[in-house]
Amino acid sequence: MESSTESSSLRKFALILTVAALTVVIGACQKKVAAVPPKPAPPPAAPAAPTVTLTASPDFITQGQQSTLHWTSQNATTLDLEPTVGSVQPPSGSTSVTPSESTTYTITATGPGGNAVDTVRVTVSPKSAPQPSAPSATLEELFAQNVKDAFFNFNMANIRPDARVALTQDAAFLRAHPNVDVTIEGHCDERGSLEYNLALGQRRANAAKNFLISLGINPDRMRTMSWGKEHPFCTEHNETCWQENRRAHFVLAH
Amino acid sequence: MKPIRWIGWTVMVALAGLALWARPAPSPAPQDWFRTGTGLGVSKVRLAVPNFGATNAAAQPLEKVFDKVLWDDLAYSGVIQMVSKSFYPLPSTWPTQPSQLQGQEKQWTQTPANAAMMALGNMAVSGSSLSVSGWLVDLTNTSAPPMLSKVYTGDATAEGARLLAHEMSNDIVSLLSGGVPGIALTHIVYSHQVGKNAELSVMDYDGANKHQITDLHTESIMARWSPDAGEIAFTCFVPYRGVVSAQLCLYSMAAKRVMYFPRFPGTNSAPAWSPSGRELAFSSSMRGDPEIWKVNSDGTHPVQLTFAPHSDNTSPVWNPKTGKQIVFVSDRGGLPGLYMMGEDGADLVKIDLPGMGYIVDPAWSPNGQLLAFSWRRPNGNYDLYIMDIATHQLLQLTRDAGRNERPWWAPDGRHLVFQSDRTGTWQIWTMMADGTGLRQLTHTGKNFSPNWSWK
Repeated sequence: MESSTESSSLRKFALILTVAALTVVIGACQKKVAAVPPKPAPPPAAPAAPTVTLTASPDFITQGQQSTLHWTSQNATTLDLEPTVGSVQPPSGSTSVTPSESTTYTITATGPGGNAVDTVRVTVSPKSAPQPSAPSATLEELFAQNVKDAFFNFNMANIRPDARVALTQDAAFLRAHPNVDVTIEGHCDERGSLEYNLALGQRRANAAKNFLISLGINPDRMRTMSWGKEHPFCTEHNETCWQENRRAHFVLAH
Repeated sequence: MKPIRWIGWTVMVALAGLALWARPAPSPAPQDWFRTGTGLGVSKVRLAVPNFGATNAAAQPLEKVFDKVLWDDLAYSGVIQMVSKSFYPLPSTWPTQPSQLQGQEKQWTQTPANAAMMALGNMAVSGSSLSVSGWLVDLTNTSAPPMLSKVYTGDATAEGARLLAHEMSNDIVSLLSGGVPGIALTHIVYSHQVGKNAELSVMDYDGANKHQITDLHTESIMARWSPDAGEIAFTCFVPYRGVVSAQLCLYSMAAKRVMYFPRFPGTNSAPAWSPSGRELAFSSSMRGDPEIWKVNSDGTHPVQLTFAPHSDNTSPVWNPKTGKQIVFVSDRGGLPGLYMMGEDGADLVKIDLPGMGYIVDPAWSPNGQLLAFSWRRPNGNYDLYIMDIATHQLLQLTRDAGRNERPWWAPDGRHLVFQSDRTGTWQIWTMMADGTGLRQLTHTGKNFSPNWSWK
């Protein structure tokens, strides 16, 4: 205790000295102000870069239904919306689309300041729910055939485009089988560290779950857990194998 | 640029003022390994340890065990320079009690031995008990009473002899290192792969007496001793009503079984004891993504300490000296790195280590001044480092030797345990906290996630 009071009194003393020193420095600075030459005029402003935002409403439709795409842009002279739509009018507007399958729409804004791109995905579910491929197929078999795992990049828990496709398919299955619950297991490759990987695996499972919630799946039907890098799918030491192990794995819950 | 020079001068003047006015700075604590660093070798005591005498035949095999264990303990203490036996006088003259040293001191203090001190003694077996009389003598002042004069009593077994040697080495190390207790009676808990699963095992600090303590047939990992060494908190995957998830588990050394601990939703892992033993900090996803929480060590009153959604927060460790701060790992800035906060979650700061990414596994030194951690290098290997918390000065401990992870401090602050795959398989190693004195403690199977007991 004594030494801590000692050091705190020292700290106070140092503080006083520092304040004193700073006062001197500030004084010196103020004297110099008059000597500073006027700032050169700023260079002519470059043309502002364009910005663009694309949204879809709704972004989940059943086959045959319409979705409306909205765009807003700034500093753009031309806008191109692909696929199927083509050139559209800046700065903002909307159009209806009726995609027959899940489609990612990309809008490109071009202006004097450069380009900007935004995307939105409209997910299309088949008109009729997928029927059992054979009447004899068990739920386990259907689950194994239709429910796909979501894969991740190293050290990441964000949903990649291929994972969006897989999870969208999973959502369709879960929608068609309302009595099916799932456990989503997060897995990581061996290159990360033990404790950090266990947390990362949980966040991967959470990311998959949150994506399915965004597609309208009831969160109560999905439980998450993480194995970290324990219980890997593949035990070789190469990227093919590591990629196998970086996933949110779907397990049928009973 | 003049103002900058002004600042420089002013600071120097201020520092000079401080130096003039300050009272003499307290000398560094005896366990302050970092500052003394490798210079410690110069000031190590040169100690001669002649074989102890066996006063009856039954003591002879135990005497051999005792001599080896005592020697290894003292040699690995980090505070003693053992004088090689090849420099000793003829074995027939080796004393087994201080009176036999009378007039012989110079044989030991002169070249080639140059010993400053001697540990000596003898032992006898009586019935089922072993009795060791041990001394520590200052050879430069043999007229003074011995620094240590003690009778150690235990079982007349090899294990009994080991324990007595550990006890005596602890006494000697404590005397020669300013009162920092020796670590010869400490233990290491670790995970050992059994089939597809991992069970907890415990061994002595030198790798002896390995024994499995859990039989949960699941992953039992991230074990941490309670400060009183009575319990081990760890992460387990025991199923409950058909649901498997990472949960906090508690093993009682006294009851020799896993005790009840409440389950929380989500992944709950990486428990870390507060130095009082009353609380555990841990990583929990019970409210979404993994955040740092703390909970009473009986499982009541969980409190969320960090709030950083869309990031991973784990590997908390308390300042063992004050119990007032927690360092943990978070990837809120991209790659995982170290953050420090108050034990209530306030005053969060990133421990900025420019040029270093992916830093994990923080371990706080017993004196509260240093952090050991592992850094994942761009080539995928991990190396262990020690950082002085006040100055951010770094000391690299491993180099070009595979992956080296999960460092943890011995209670003397002079040793670290860690896991390394340098032999091709994951094994448990110890070393001095300056990177020297590597010792491999496990050799077969897969062994990982070690933790050194607080005492």
